[in-house]
Amino acid sequence: MTSPTKHERRIVIRPPLSLAGTTRDENRTLIRDWWADLDAAENEGRPVANVFVMGSMAEILRTFDMPISFPEMTSLQTAVRGRSLEYITTAEDAGYSPDICGYVKADVGVHLQGGDHPMGHLPKPSLVVATNLCNTYIKWGEIWERMYECPVFVFDIPGWRGSGFETKKGSGTFRDDVRYVEAQIHELIALAEEVTGRRFDIDEFRETLGHVNELSRLFQEVLELNQHRPAPFNALTEGINLMGIVNAYRGSPKGTHFLETAKAEFEERIANGVGAVPDERFRLLLVGTACYSNFRDFAGLFEDWQGVFAHSDYMSFAGGALDRGIVYDLDRPFESMAEQMVLSTQEAMGGMFWGQDWLTEVVRDWDVDGIVFHGVKSCRTVSTGLPDEREWLLRHRDIPGLFIQSDLVDPRLWSEAQLKNRIDAFFESLESRRAAGARR
Amino acid sequence: MLVAGVDVGSTQTKAVVMNEKREVLGKGLVPTGARLNEAGQAAFEEALARAGAKESEVGFVVGTGYGRYRVEFGDAQVTEISCHARGAVFLFPNTRTVLDIGGQDTKGIKVGPDGQVIDFNMNDKCAAGTGRFLGAASEALEVPLPDLGALALSGRNPVKMTTTCTVFAESEILGWLAKGRHVEDVVAGVHKAIASRSVGLLRRVGIEPEVTFTGGVSNNEAMVELISELVGMPVNTSSETHHCGALGAALFALEQILTGAMTERQTV
Repeated sequence: MTSPTKHERRIVIRPPLSLAGTTRDENRTLIRDWWADLDAAENEGRPVANVFVMGSMAEILRTFDMPISFPEMTSLQTAVRGRSLEYITTAEDAGYSPDICGYVKADVGVHLQGGDHPMGHLPKPSLVVATNLCNTYIKWGEIWERMYECPVFVFDIPGWRGSGFETKKGSGTFRDDVRYVEAQIHELIALAEEVTGRRFDIDEFRETLGHVNELSRLFQEVLELNQHRPAPFNALTEGINLMGIVNAYRGSPKGTHFLETAKAEFEERIANGVGAVPDERFRLLLVGTACYSNFRDFAGLFEDWQGVFAHSDYMSFAGGALDRGIVYDLDRPFESMAEQMVLSTQEAMGGMFWGQDWLTEVVRDWDVDGIVFHGVKSCRTVSTGLPDEREWLLRHRDIPGLFIQSDLVDPRLWSEAQLKNRIDAFFESLESRRAAGARR
Repeated sequence: MLVAGVDVGSTQTKAVVMNEKREVLGKGLVPTGARLNEAGQAAFEEALARAGAKESEVGFVVGTGYGRYRVEFGDAQVTEISCHARGAVFLFPNTRTVLDIGGQDTKGIKVGPDGQVIDFNMNDKCAAGTGRFLGAASEALEVPLPDLGALALSGRNPVKMTTTCTVFAESEILGWLAKGRHVEDVVAGVHKAIASRSVGLLRRVGIEPEVTFTGGVSNNEAMVELISELVGMPVNTSSETHHCGALGAALFALEQILTGAMTERQTV
């Protein structure tokens, strides 16, 4: 057992693969087009909606041909490109507390600086759509409401009510919940008609739902490819590219085409025995997000040990339930969509506090050696329960886990020496565990 | 053939020289300072001198601690979490829980019978509850660090430290003195705060007997007493526990040679 020195990148000779780089290239084209469309929308006077990855309502908004802007993706991109701190400090200078969500501050900073950011220009939103899945979403929407006087529509989606309440599919409560959400979908449609000046087209809506069904099927297939050993893609470094497209192009044939490309490339890697991380030794599951302001370093701390992220709960909660298998019934589109929203909200809220069952399943099916819980300093909502979850899984399921902390986008909260020490020690313990298992 | 472990910690650098029979022949201890490799070399040389050995007799050196990658004469690196676990079980074979209070880190480690790490927990981004907290108290009260433990034991009415932030410790200590509290009661309060925070961290990995207390603070008699009280059993300490990280590193070095995992330096 000896821990590796910092990020010794090795050149690995791999067999030539005809599809190598096709996913990356298509991702770059689509993301560039997406930013360009947002930029053009403002110049052309087209209304734009600001939405969030959890509950984007792309199914409805795409029907109105409304470009959707994800502030989480803007903030993430500023961080990956090493620019988030200047936006965060702009927001803090305007009075935003150092303790609040880094995503919010990076995005607010972009808006306060006039909308220019490393990828282009953020248009002013004409509509904001949020859900109660994250309380910050609602306050974030209010910020734009004040900045731009645009309407904010917040979906109130019932989740888990407490012990003894039966809210599962098929129950009376579930049916009531679905009706409640369905009514809100109609309210959003009326508002979108007002904002865009267009009539809602049910056929276009059905077509969009059909694309989401296809997207979900492909997404599940792509995720399952990583059950192979070695894992063909890294759910951390390549997962972020998949998530960008499935959110930005949800309900579009371009999104499904992209996943077909990714699936083909990953299948080719499997056929040739090529793993995402050379000489894969450890298979990991990430709970939480990466630290995007130090993305390469974050990934490198695990790759140094030949650790690959075979899966990530980020690919679940930020994918709008795509991983769970969405099958919209096109004969009853509104009710079907409302059902999906209620179910995914129940799962997302439940997953935040009772994630152990899903994590145990992933560990089994993706053959995971250990779970990495990454707490986000500026988001207590998603981070508070992580140490308890880690301890429970070790004690009751004998699944080793590591708890580390930094942030999504704030580089001031990145402390590499401390992170490396914990990560190295975790791998050392996994190695000891493996050696002890071999001796038995 | 000899082996060595060098633990470049945030505050102190420790070294241990060991023979193939796992006998500790010499130990070294120097302040870390800013030149990590030099500190490692100085501690190593001190251990060699005490062992009456030459560097050329040492077949393998493992570096550990935050400065482990700066031990340029080291052959491999292992984290201090693994090293303290290995060292503690070597010193006290029935150890199942390790509490290491070092200069800036406090670690709770659950270990298996062979010294393998089953789980660990550490303080995060805050040096409260670590040796540095005692250092701050020592400076604020102008009491030498080695004398703090005895002074704490003489405190009859420990103050309640409302914060365990190391940076704020000084002003809080001064605040208690300004209220007329005795120095020994303030020192006792500081010890209680650290012990409580450390044992809280230990509980997260689960406290199973025997508990071994390692790191520089394990020399502090008041802390040993308080930790024992809080965990509900006497904790193991010895004159070696201060050097436990370096000791574990030396054991890893020996393992590398004896198992043939790595080749000793003279034969390369």
